[in-house]
Amino acid sequence: MKARVLEIRKGVLNKNDEIARGLRERLHAAGVLTINLVSSPGTGKTALLQRTLRELREQGSSVAALVGDLATDNDARRLAEAGVPVKQINTDGRCHLEAQMVSDHLSDWDLDRLDYLFIENVGNLVCPSSYDLGEDLRVVLLSVTEGEDKPLKYPNIFNSADVAVLTKMDLAEACEFDIEAARANIAAVRPGMRIVSTSAKSGVGVQEWLSCLAEEKQSRLVGV
Amino acid sequence: MHELSIAYSLVEMAGESAREAGAVRVRAVHLRLGALSGVVRGALEFGYEIATADTLLAESRLHVKELPVRVYCGVCRKEVELKSVQRFRCPECDTPSGDIRQGRELEIESIEIEMPE
Repeated sequence: MKARVLEIRKGVLNKNDEIARGLRERLHAAGVLTINLVSSPGTGKTALLQRTLRELREQGSSVAALVGDLATDNDARRLAEAGVPVKQINTDGRCHLEAQMVSDHLSDWDLDRLDYLFIENVGNLVCPSSYDLGEDLRVVLLSVTEGEDKPLKYPNIFNSADVAVLTKMDLAEACEFDIEAARANIAAVRPGMRIVSTSAKSGVGVQEWLSCLAEEKQSRLVGV
Repeated sequence: MHELSIAYSLVEMAGESAREAGAVRVRAVHLRLGALSGVVRGALEFGYEIATADTLLAESRLHVKELPVRVYCGVCRKEVELKSVQRFRCPECDTPSGDIRQGRELEIESIEIEMPE
């Protein structure tokens, strides 16, 4: 047998990355800021998103959400209560969303009429870090009930994110949550990352979070 | 665990390249794997065996080259290697840096193929 070495030099997730690039271009052309929310199960992605969708809608922004879950459409039903377009992406047991799934679920939405698209990823701090979904912002959520050292345990996902949101701040005292330690741990794995402290329940920090989104939209989509 | 789906993507990509080159079999795959790729080596190797079954890559070897994270330190004005992914600071001057120059790779470098006689 004649053997030889063939140079490839290509990313294993090249196909996903190409689809994500195409998506990002389409969404940018339509003036949409896309946000990929990642966290452990139970951190409060859906609760924060519910509140965010409602507030943005009241401000007159046009918003929509895609929700990834291994099974059930409970989250999509919860979010639909905010009165905005919501679609469930059922991953059939897969632990993360991929760009193709996002693309498939956008086909019948008029992107030109949208301002913000939220993608709630599957609750998982490991697998979603490898997959670009065409988002502008990857937002990692950490709840005060999870402990301050989560960023050190899952450095990859924190490092791949653009903004960190602390959730359930209304429980911080009861959990003896050390916010300075949490901030230091986030900074250790992702120096300079913006951190917003919120409670979807009490409303603390929600305005700051909304300003953060507006600023990102302004800076990333200006002139598009 | 997403390493199995990564293994399938890897096998698909390597298989396509091998077929295009007219190969009859793939003997080995050389992979570059960064410490921030989000992929666990052992799990990927396990998934590789499953994903290669009944393909051109059946019984091929997966060679993994693990790459540490390298960042650019603006104070030292050079690229430095991090000792830990839990500490994004220059190991020499302790300045924080998130300017990653290496560590996210999940890339097929090359494959060893067998050609027909």
